Amino acid sequence: MADATAAPVDPDREQGGKKEEPKGPGFLERGLETLLSPFAELGVLARMLFDTLFWAVRPPYRFRLLIEAAEFIGVGSIFIVGLTGFFTGAVLGLQLVDGFRQFGAQSQTGAVVAMAMAREIGPVFSALMVSSRAGSAMTTEIGSMRVSDQINALMTMAVNPIQYLIVPRVLAGIVMVPILTMLFNIIGMFGAYLLSVYVMGIDPGVFVGRAQWIVDVPDVVQGLIKASIFGATICLIACRQGFYASGGAAGVGRATNRAVVHSAVAILALDYVVTAVVLGQGL
Amino acid sequence: MSRKKQSEEREPNDDPVHIRIRNLHKSYGNHHVLKGIDIDVLRGKTNVVIGPSGSGKSVLMRQIIRLEKPDEGEILVDGRDYAQLRGMELERTRRSMGMVFQASALFDSMTVFDNVAFPLREHSTLSKKEIRDRVMDRLQSLGIGHAATKWPAELSGGMQRRVAVARATVLETEILIYDEPTTGLDPMTVKTVDELIAETEEKFGVTSLVISHDMASVFRIADRLTFLHFGTVIASGSPAELLENATGPFMEYVEAAGVREDLIASRRGS
Repeated sequence: MADATAAPVDPDREQGGKKEEPKGPGFLERGLETLLSPFAELGVLARMLFDTLFWAVRPPYRFRLLIEAAEFIGVGSIFIVGLTGFFTGAVLGLQLVDGFRQFGAQSQTGAVVAMAMAREIGPVFSALMVSSRAGSAMTTEIGSMRVSDQINALMTMAVNPIQYLIVPRVLAGIVMVPILTMLFNIIGMFGAYLLSVYVMGIDPGVFVGRAQWIVDVPDVVQGLIKASIFGATICLIACRQGFYASGGAAGVGRATNRAVVHSAVAILALDYVVTAVVLGQGL
Repeated sequence: MSRKKQSEEREPNDDPVHIRIRNLHKSYGNHHVLKGIDIDVLRGKTNVVIGPSGSGKSVLMRQIIRLEKPDEGEILVDGRDYAQLRGMELERTRRSMGMVFQASALFDSMTVFDNVAFPLREHSTLSKKEIRDRVMDRLQSLGIGHAATKWPAELSGGMQRRVAVARATVLETEILIYDEPTTGLDPMTVKTVDELIAETEEKFGVTSLVISHDMASVFRIADRLTFLHFGTVIASGSPAELLENATGPFMEYVEAAGVREDLIASRRGS
């Protein structure tokens, strides 16, 4: 397992001036590489997921690191998730009441907001927020550890870096993103309620009643399952980018950029896949 | 495994050679970096590997500490082939080796105390008090007891190396590897680091393996010198022997490094 955790060595650097004049790849090779690179990236992530699961069940269990990661990912994201939740709910309330009025269905606003929050908007927005705030910070931290040899130092002290750095973060992501999603849902509903009732004039009883009528436990569970999967994915992507970062400070910057972009794409793509699987249609 | 059990497993070894490296090869793609390296690392001595950039020093270090697996060859540590170890056995053997990285590689999210306590917390069953005592003892013996509560970023380069040495030796390490420990330091700090290497060897009885290209420093500290040139060993012996018989690339390297004539003369005379 040790070799999988080692930083890639640039053989050109080691060879000094002895290397031959490099020949650039041809057009076909470049095209093929571009086409295959997403699959290669998926392979790296799959390998890292396997290693993470492998090391997650092996002792020693570092609960302190898990708590620290949960605090960083979860508690540290409460404000930003709450804030975005409020405004998302508020704007949804505003738009839906305005839109539904055109055909007299404004009484359904509470139901639609609640359903959208529970199934889609809660998990997706929470995951995007966690990815931007905590994911990018994780990539930067682990990437800095890589380029300053701190990960190699862990290995020389017989501490597996995947177990020490990645396992607690991925587990914390699995647990904390659903909790943040619930928070997003609650604050989002509050925002939608405020706008719909106090600004747009919807009857409060109708708003709440419709929301309770339409949203059932499976809708919330669907959202929480997604949130868990997103949590694991964004932490895995963030850790992967940091773990294999190279090229000094600039390399860490590029890795952070990739982590945020890959996470956003992964969240939206996985959202479709998980929804299709849960609903049993659309695949 | 407890430290007590570990120490019971260690038996005194009279073999003067601590690490035997035989026919070591490592390639990256088409680049054959190490081309059959043979080195004897002497027990309780300061062994230095020198060579120009691109000679394979860092790659050699990465194989010895097993950050990478060699393609071919043996790394015999007290008779056991470290190159072939896997899993728990590899981890156990790793604990007998310490590494001082070029930029110290201290964990910047931890204080000096926590950095040094880290290996003990990970690999021993010592109580908090025992860990505190042992860490403070190690820090004080290296003259940095006052820095225990500081962060690595608050320390000078020389002090960071001291903390790195304390961390690398706190598990009663037998072999200590230094990766270019004087690179990027001012001459006074270089001298301090040289003294630190000698001091560590003397106080803790470790075998030191130093990867370096700082010739002035090398001649101050080396008991045994190995010159690496594009992946092969082309000279090996005591510094005095090598200077006496210096020819070819080694001579060019010594001259290019600007090692003072009087230093060379003094080593010739010693």
